[in-house]
Amino acid sequence: MKFARTLLMSAAVALCATAAHAQYTGGTVKIGVMSDMSSLYADIGGPGSVLAAQMAAEDFDAAKHGMKVEVVSADHQNKPDVGSAIARKWFDQDGVDAIADVPTSSVALAVADVVKEKNKVFLISGAAIADLTGKACTPNNVHWTYDTWMLAHGTGTAIVKQGGTSWFFLTSDYAFGHALEADTAAVVKANGGQVLGAARHPLNTSDFSSFLLQAQASKAKVIGLANAGGDTINSIKQASEFGIVQGGQSLAALLIFLTDIHSLGLQTAHGLLFTTAWYWDLNDPSRAWAKKFAARHGGKYPTMGQAGVYAAVLHYLKAVSTLKSDADGKAVVDEMKKLPTDDPLFGKGTIRADGRTLHPAYLMEVKKPEESKGEWDLMKVRQTIPADQAFRPMNEGGCPLVKG
Amino acid sequence: MFALLGIPPQALFGQLLIGLINGSFYAMLSLGLAVIFGLLNIINFAHGALYMMGAFFAWFLLQYLGISYWGALILAPIGVGIVGIVLERLLLKHLYKLDHLYGLLLTFGMALVIEGLFRNKYGSSGLPYQMPSALSGGRNLGFMFLPNYRAWVVLVSVTVCLLTWYVIERTKLGSYLRAATENPALVQAFGVNVPRMITITYGFGVALAAFAGVLAAPIYQVSPQMGSNLIIVVFAVVVIGGMGSIMGSILTGFALGVIEGLTKVFYPEASNTAIFVIMAIVLLIKPTGLFGRAH
Repeated sequence: MKFARTLLMSAAVALCATAAHAQYTGGTVKIGVMSDMSSLYADIGGPGSVLAAQMAAEDFDAAKHGMKVEVVSADHQNKPDVGSAIARKWFDQDGVDAIADVPTSSVALAVADVVKEKNKVFLISGAAIADLTGKACTPNNVHWTYDTWMLAHGTGTAIVKQGGTSWFFLTSDYAFGHALEADTAAVVKANGGQVLGAARHPLNTSDFSSFLLQAQASKAKVIGLANAGGDTINSIKQASEFGIVQGGQSLAALLIFLTDIHSLGLQTAHGLLFTTAWYWDLNDPSRAWAKKFAARHGGKYPTMGQAGVYAAVLHYLKAVSTLKSDADGKAVVDEMKKLPTDDPLFGKGTIRADGRTLHPAYLMEVKKPEESKGEWDLMKVRQTIPADQAFRPMNEGGCPLVKG
Repeated sequence: MFALLGIPPQALFGQLLIGLINGSFYAMLSLGLAVIFGLLNIINFAHGALYMMGAFFAWFLLQYLGISYWGALILAPIGVGIVGIVLERLLLKHLYKLDHLYGLLLTFGMALVIEGLFRNKYGSSGLPYQMPSALSGGRNLGFMFLPNYRAWVVLVSVTVCLLTWYVIERTKLGSYLRAATENPALVQAFGVNVPRMITITYGFGVALAAFAGVLAAPIYQVSPQMGSNLIIVVFAVVVIGGMGSIMGSILTGFALGVIEGLTKVFYPEASNTAIFVIMAIVLLIKPTGLFGRAH
């Protein structure tokens, strides 16, 4: 008995002795980049997001701060059950401390639940649904880059003011599409327009001819594309085939990325108006980073989602090194909200109490082929929306974390 | 009656026409699958990947050799057909005597490898392919705007499908092929080179898939996953039509395209699943498919 007590006491003393040093679970800060690696969103996030996270870890210079940082990755295949299973395995068995990116809003909602349950950190960049900082907000979420409210207000307001007063939506039939359609419809109605109807198509549809036919029949002035990635590309390509624009209707690409425009080609895509949170050609630091990224990514330039992963991971590592611990997710996120954000890509900004990162948004127009001077020189800035106007006011989201 | 359905007749006819056009893709692809299964007893899961290769081949020809769409229509099926023949000689011929499942596994693996290689090189967003100028534009039919290219797709598909059916069911070459599948040893005893016929048949089935790929390139993005999106539906079509029946797969392809088109009008959220619901019902009532024979 006496020996057991001595053993127990020495174990307790040994454990306490380590408390004075920095407590990194498993000795490493492990970041898991979960994205669509093989399907319609793979170019928007995918392996590029993993590279962005690795670049952030390298630029942070972990050794200088007495930390070790490791980046792992997985393919959620756009399925919420796969996403939450990967998250559980990462947290329970692999010692992952934070999950980053996760495009596909339905997967992000599922993963957010797991992150909250295990008290880790969720660095959201690819997912769009504004509920992540609204009804579904958690103390462990940080939503970087963009969301459906920002897109709806940026693009929707601009197009209604231009005369696009009647809308028909082509909506991706899952959480993201519905959210984007609802947010944009609200903006259209608030600005005096009307919504004539919507066609909801399954995710990853290749043929939009029958939906475009319905849109043509509605005689709406604007066809709002509440979809993303491969779906948006196919919608726009087939819209030009069916003479939608020649027939007098215009397209509103509510969510479109640099890689989508590159894939469509300027001949098809020129003139499209859309909102983005970041573009590689906005300023010198962004240009420099984009060139470094492209050199390691087969010449492909980064999208705003990938830039968001870089910035979010960098800020996360700053917070962890300030706290000297990565064990308590909520504490790290609180530290991330306390520290002002400052990175070469998004500049100076803040993270609100509901987890929303504030930075300016930009209304962009796709260039005409003759205006472009390089393979990735694809768009120009039409308007800058300041950070305090770009995102939904905090008290309108319905987030339980926000008092009053 | 139309007022009851809540859809104006113009919209309905437009959707039916679109359904017919989509059905022609299903028909061409399921024809290749049916030919390969009916004559070779291989469940060719690589069909979607070969369709994708046909589209990419057309893009290569345009990008690097400046060969237009019309040249690609002939050269791409030949090129991908040769690739198919190489795969058959190297990998598939070892499996003819084994259970169907081995062929399924091998071709599925081939499909994953091919798609992975292309995605690694070209990303998933896809590449643009310009529509040939002779076929661009369209005409207003009153109830809908019909792009010329889509009309061309229907015409070509119907022609190719009927030609293939004719060759297999009504010519001497076709009769040799059908005999060789039923009893290869006996046919070989008559001096017919059966292994070579099997190889050429596989190459032909692959060429049909590649041809459909070239047809698809101007309207769908040329992307590595264009085949995997389509192949599951095509399998359902072949199962419904009857695994060995050529005419069955052609007719079912068009019919299911129309049914899918109608679903998109009345309840678009279900457009992905309508074909599988029909497949489940057909399998329950007539397991060999609508036109199939018991194997």
